[in-house]
Amino acid sequence: MSPPAGTFFIDGVAFWAPTLPGWPLARSVFRGEAEPLAVAAKRPAPELLAAAERRRAPDTVALALEVAAAAVREAGRNADTLPSIFTSSNGDLGVNDYMCSTLATQPTAISPTKFHNSVHNAAAGYWTMATHCREASTALSAFDASFAAGLLEAAVQCQADARAVLLVAFDVEAVGALRSVAASQGLLACALVLAPSASDRTIAAFEWSLAAGPAEAPAYRSAAARTLAGNAMADALPLLEAIAVDGIPHDGAGALALRLSRSLAMVLKPASFATAAGARR
Amino acid sequence: MPPPIAPLRISAYTATTAAGTGKGALLDALRTGRSALTPNDFGPSPLPTWIGRVAGLEAMPLPQALAAWECRNHRLAWLGLAGDGFIDAVLAARERHGAARVALVLGTSTSSIGATEDAYRALDAAGEFPADNRNPLVHTPHSLANFVHHALHLAGPCVTVSTACSSSAKVFATAERLLRLGLVDAAVVGGVDTLCGSVLFGFNALQLVSPEPCRPFDARRSGISIGEAAGFALLERAGGADAAPQLLGYGESSDAHHMSTPHPEGLGAERALDDALARAGIDARRVDHVNLHGTASAKNDEVEAALLARRFPARTHAVSTKGVTGHTLGAAGIVEAVACLLAIETGWLPAMVNSRTLDAACGPQIRLDGEQGEVRIAVSNSFGFGGNNCVLVFGDGAVEGPT
Repeated sequence: MSPPAGTFFIDGVAFWAPTLPGWPLARSVFRGEAEPLAVAAKRPAPELLAAAERRRAPDTVALALEVAAAAVREAGRNADTLPSIFTSSNGDLGVNDYMCSTLATQPTAISPTKFHNSVHNAAAGYWTMATHCREASTALSAFDASFAAGLLEAAVQCQADARAVLLVAFDVEAVGALRSVAASQGLLACALVLAPSASDRTIAAFEWSLAAGPAEAPAYRSAAARTLAGNAMADALPLLEAIAVDGIPHDGAGALALRLSRSLAMVLKPASFATAAGARR
Repeated sequence: MPPPIAPLRISAYTATTAAGTGKGALLDALRTGRSALTPNDFGPSPLPTWIGRVAGLEAMPLPQALAAWECRNHRLAWLGLAGDGFIDAVLAARERHGAARVALVLGTSTSSIGATEDAYRALDAAGEFPADNRNPLVHTPHSLANFVHHALHLAGPCVTVSTACSSSAKVFATAERLLRLGLVDAAVVGGVDTLCGSVLFGFNALQLVSPEPCRPFDARRSGISIGEAAGFALLERAGGADAAPQLLGYGESSDAHHMSTPHPEGLGAERALDDALARAGIDARRVDHVNLHGTASAKNDEVEAALLARRFPARTHAVSTKGVTGHTLGAAGIVEAVACLLAIETGWLPAMVNSRTLDAACGPQIRLDGEQGEVRIAVSNSFGFGGNNCVLVFGDGAVEGPT
């Protein structure tokens, strides 16, 4: 393993899944202190969007804006100061299904709005518009390693430019004929604000590095995480579970290995950080 | 403003467009002012527009060992990788640094969605994808980078950047950061996008598709011509001045304005330009050549012309090369980066092919005619849907430090 490439400090975390709609509940459930909702919540309705936009927004946009806003709020930052990294394995499968179905039947009937919503960076675009943020934003994909790839980009930006950044990760349920090839189930989204140094908002810190060789399959701590494993963004869950228990990985190995590709992992080790008087946890 | 970065050496580069395979074909079209656009004959019900189509892909199956990845986008990727000995350059870098120390960062807007569109036209009785087009690795935004990662036996970080028409410009920024932190010793960057129904009919729905070959910055421009392309570059740390061209800087920004229309005052684009010049440590007065985004849409060209007029000296030679290649969308960033590198290497400042009368918004920077000159520093603009902007600065490898 190479020496640590850097350290990032997590100042804000947000989470959304239908049975865990929000980080406070998700955190308690991942800690084994509460149960998931028995009745699944409907998709989130982010306050950042005007009412009409909220109804029309694709699921990915609603999910991404909900968690992005919550993480930035918790980090006590202004959204328009943060470069953002959006990552999704599949993008909006509902919009893709619409596009491909319409193209197969009546191609000249394509809706212009659905077309511009079909770009992989649609959520990033709506986020920057809603928050008047002119900072850089990117939209990534890396198949079943999309969370790890997004976290790597976020950690790299945070370290290289010594700036706080926003990471937003989301995937939605496969619909229509896309179910033949995309196995993703349910809705899952999370967001993290990564900072280059500790503050009184810091809730966890990790030293990170790249290591050759395939990582172990993600080990989930909780039954709740295991029920979400069918979503294409499930590779985010082990880190979220670790954050929920104060940054301590589950397996006792002292490190969390997130698979980046068939031959490379991003390794996270909990790092200590000074707890200022105002620290919340 | 960001601090300057250490320049990166561009050890190899290539582009395959409608003009032909490899950078020689692109250079020839740029030198002779030849448009590679042809009347649209793509797909079952072609719209009346012009396209930049790469000839012969239909008859170029992938090698047997890669057959599971079959789709038009991967065929074009494979053809593009073969251009200018690029694969050999990557294999040599892999040998030099080790497979895990070579990153792969590729941009694409639609990846292999064309294969997904094909499947929807051939669903089986159960409404599922046909058995011969059901590989999950093909029907995903990451398919391109995953394919190239496998095909070149790389083992470093591998990621897809998909920010519409800025995708394969932003790959330079992501790769630079990986190199700056010492996580890798080389990076393969680039992008591939192929013609597909989504973009032809999608841009048509937005009333952005021209019925004639596109005429960037022309007073009578009538929209874009969509093209397809593959392009790649190999980046390594610069060991000092040498003959290879360099990436000097990049800037990324968001318009925060509209999903498919640029900010009317070009504020996002200007911010990306400012950051790119700051990272390069240079002033706009030193820029010899700009490859404009110049899609020939009414709004882009109006906003971009105003940006050029207020920020660059009259001597800067600025053109859009989309009249040659078409707008290659997610591949436009790398294709136009290659056009800049060709200008640096040959001193040829291309003409604005197809355009006849410049829009009144154009300042003296925006040219109709090509000319021979000297290009030490070239800038490439790429602006995408979602208000996603990226500006790149390239140099001839002997550019002195910050001024």
